[in-house]
Amino acid sequence: MSIKFKAEKVDVFYNEKQAINNISLNIEKNMITALIGPSGCGKSTFLRCLNRMNDVIDSCKITGNILLDNEDIYGPNIDPVDLRARVGMVFQKPNPFPKTIFENIAYGPRIHGLASNNKELREIVFNSLEKAGLIDEVKDRLDDQATGLSGGQQQRVCIARAIAVSPEVILMDEPCSALDPIATAKIEELMNEISQSYTIVIVTHSMQQAARVSKKTAFFHLGELIEYGDTDKIFTKPKNQKTLDYITGRFG
Amino acid sequence: MSNLKKRKRVEARLKIYGVASITVALLMLATLLISISLNGYSAFRQAYFKISIPVDMSQFATENGSLSSKKLNLYDWDGLVNQSFNSIFPDITKRNDKRKLFQIISSNSGYDLKQIVKNSEYSIGQKNMVVWLPLSDDADQYLKGRFNIKVPEEDRRLNDKQIIWIDTLVAKDIAKLKFNKTFFTAADSREPESAGILGAVVGSSLTLFVTILFALPLAVMASIYLEYFARPGRITDFIEVNINNLAAVPSIVFGLLGLSVFLSTFGLPRSAPLVGGLVLGLMTLPTIIIASRTSIRSIPPSIREAALGLGASQLQTALHHVLPLATPGILTGTIIGMARALGETAPLLMIGMVAFIMEVPNSFTSASTVMPVQIFMWSDSAERAFYERSSLAILFLVGFLIFMNLIAVILRKKFEKKW
Repeated sequence: MSIKFKAEKVDVFYNEKQAINNISLNIEKNMITALIGPSGCGKSTFLRCLNRMNDVIDSCKITGNILLDNEDIYGPNIDPVDLRARVGMVFQKPNPFPKTIFENIAYGPRIHGLASNNKELREIVFNSLEKAGLIDEVKDRLDDQATGLSGGQQQRVCIARAIAVSPEVILMDEPCSALDPIATAKIEELMNEISQSYTIVIVTHSMQQAARVSKKTAFFHLGELIEYGDTDKIFTKPKNQKTLDYITGRFG
Repeated sequence: MSNLKKRKRVEARLKIYGVASITVALLMLATLLISISLNGYSAFRQAYFKISIPVDMSQFATENGSLSSKKLNLYDWDGLVNQSFNSIFPDITKRNDKRKLFQIISSNSGYDLKQIVKNSEYSIGQKNMVVWLPLSDDADQYLKGRFNIKVPEEDRRLNDKQIIWIDTLVAKDIAKLKFNKTFFTAADSREPESAGILGAVVGSSLTLFVTILFALPLAVMASIYLEYFARPGRITDFIEVNINNLAAVPSIVFGLLGLSVFLSTFGLPRSAPLVGGLVLGLMTLPTIIIASRTSIRSIPPSIREAALGLGASQLQTALHHVLPLATPGILTGTIIGMARALGETAPLLMIGMVAFIMEVPNSFTSASTVMPVQIFMWSDSAERAFYERSSLAILFLVGFLIFMNLIAVILRKKFEKKW
């Protein structure tokens, strides 16, 4: 397995407060990696470092190196706008644009110039919706407002929207926390399908979800990486006492 | 238990206070509108008299037989009107009585007749013009029943003889109240019967057009910069504090600024809607910036994150997603600023827009006045007839404001989106 992301000694500060302390972590290609841990442990902060979404927050300072395909994403040659096209993101709350379903998915390809004409654009939209398993549900109402869909459908529109830009990595920040179990199951199924061709990093509060979908799991606690390894091992024979306490529900 | 009762009592009391205050506000508004309407509605009509005047058109002909404006302008139209009017009362021959008689018709009636002749089809030869010309403002007020006859004769603007003459005219059906078209088609005048609101309405429209064209783009750009690109720090804080301060600066200060910058430094024309618009634009700029920033900030960050997460730049995020969603709020702020600008007179004082302008402005640089200034100047005049005209002008101004707010509501409805 080749390594997609390589984080080396990453520290993150919000003003004076340290949110992430000296984290080194390798994320492997075309595989689902789960980040778990109690609230405020820094797992979302770490995820947002991977596509430089923290740049928007002025008080946030990052030290250390994060390499994507052996290139420092905080280096001078990387433009965060380009980076975010390569590393897409799906958020906790479904956040489709208040536009039509078609416009939602066509927006990314349009601003990046991925389609040279309308036919190609339609093809990209249809392919993305198909990959997101949504095509049968929405193909007759692509011109309806995306905000009128159900929560689970909205979240899959957001995944389709991320796929439409053909990213290499998709970051998911608790993508199912606002959804019911059936919608959650659909999204997990979808993640499994697309993990063949995309590297996925998912932050989740549900340990069952981490156990179900991921190959590798990282356990964060108070800004530190406590344990990282194969999901099977983490959930059956954790090496660290804190990990054991957390997965057995003794805290967090 | 008693605690709960007390809480409910407090709640009921608060509700009563709320209803009471709204009632008081509505009552005041109704009083204002009703009293202005009662004072102003009579300005919709004006007293005119019908007269038949023989005009020898041959004397205005040029050598090749067309109408000569120069000859038209040199002719003694007042004399002609007076002479014809005198023929209705043939027994008035004394010089002093004649002078009194001519006081009951408008001193502008000669000019009005000239305009009618000028606009009528021209043909050489004798022409019998049957025209309606305005009576003087005093006669007008008498016909409307707004003239107090109980005042001793020497203190009245119309003496007993004049009143008898007017009564004779009314009895003969020569004088009557007709729709006051002049009020809607003319600019200001010294004579109430020739004064109109159109000059001020056009002046206000031109001025506001410049204001919105100047202030809205600047304000939107400033708010996008401050919300998206400005790094927090001393300079940004300084800018922010000063924008808030500017919103509270007395408007006359902006007039002084306009005087020294636009008129003295740039040499722009005085009394022009262009300058007035720029000054009012500067005045409303902070209001619109504050409203726009609030509106931009109220867009959920998730929309912004979604766009950024797709690889949109800050500017694309702002222009494609945030700005369209913030439009209703920005428009509301703009309309509030415009409404304030529409009612403003003080800054215009300094740049010469508080002036007596007799022409309807036809460009952004021609001398003009605006509606609140017009109201101010009329309410300052001695003639009773200007009083009803200023009331009607106030109704117009209020109508203008309601119209603007209506547009704001419609635009809000159009652009509002739910998510």
